Amino acid sequence: MSTPTATPTKTVAELEAHADEQVVFQRPETLTSANFSYCPGCTHGVVNRLMAEAIDELDIKGRTIGVVPVGCSVTAYDFFDLDMAQAAHGRASAVATGIKRANPDSIVFAYQGDGDLASIGTAETVHAATRGENITVIFINNAIYGMTGGQMAPTSLPGQVTQTSPYGRDTKTMGFPIRVCEMLATLDGPALVQRVSVDSPKNIRQAKAAIKKAFSYQMDGVGYSIIEVISSCPTNWGLSPVAALDWLRENMLPYYPLGVFKDAGAAPAEAETEASHE
Amino acid sequence: MSRIIVDDSYCKGCGLCVTVCPRDVMELDQETLTSKGYHPARLTDQSRCTGCALCAQICPDVAITVFKESKGEVKADAE
Repeated sequence: MSTPTATPTKTVAELEAHADEQVVFQRPETLTSANFSYCPGCTHGVVNRLMAEAIDELDIKGRTIGVVPVGCSVTAYDFFDLDMAQAAHGRASAVATGIKRANPDSIVFAYQGDGDLASIGTAETVHAATRGENITVIFINNAIYGMTGGQMAPTSLPGQVTQTSPYGRDTKTMGFPIRVCEMLATLDGPALVQRVSVDSPKNIRQAKAAIKKAFSYQMDGVGYSIIEVISSCPTNWGLSPVAALDWLRENMLPYYPLGVFKDAGAAPAEAETEASHE
Repeated sequence: MSRIIVDDSYCKGCGLCVTVCPRDVMELDQETLTSKGYHPARLTDQSRCTGCALCAQICPDVAITVFKESKGEVKADAE
């Protein structure tokens, strides 16, 4: 007896497509229809979309649980069609640890900004990483506190003018920015530590690949992964969205070089790819 | 022929799509205001759109849907 196969429901875009057209880009299923609450040109939205696309493509929507931080993405539970938790400031990694340990079959991600992850949540972040918790952390680094109105963040660049460093960040009194990926890569716990950017379509594609890899590592039980995404904050940088991406390229990328800082699964993954090509 | 749809209920007029379009066929429509009060992006010349989806890739509000002329059957035969 053949079981009736469910007819795949068409998306809104597919219904709108003409007979001779195919949809090459549409809203991913994992995003709800809610408007992002981010400012115009804020790259938070790009990263949210990339995560949703990765979850769609890995077909893990039904078992993914997200943990959102305090920051501009505090209401991200409205944007993802997933089970979500909202953690106290900086504690997303700790909450994600608890959810993952209680539900080992679920896929758990923490989505955190630089003020959340690199300042108040430094301890939770470092210890989740060194324990090698099998979770995925997406870290948005835009070198400023966004939601609270543009104060200096631990990742603000030397000389950067913010609300609380009006003459520029003076490293003699305010210290140096924290390079989170380089710091965590010194630990034995993490499986994947990578920094990406979303300033151009090319870098966005690389960011998507990194995010997808991080989720697939968690599915395979490889361990802790953190993807740092260099992002823009047009509003608090005082720039237009387009100028903000230029500023990002000129100032942030030299200080925060993109790349893979640690990849525990690199060798077997490559071997598999080669084997599949043969 | 390829085309895009910009959903004005999502578009916040940031203009990032305009900067990445390799064919320069995107612009912010200065004569339209969305319900949020932004000038939305629009496609100025559909005949020149290649459906590359770079605008959609960089759109922070996932406002753009991209359609491309279907060549699916031809490809399937070739493979």
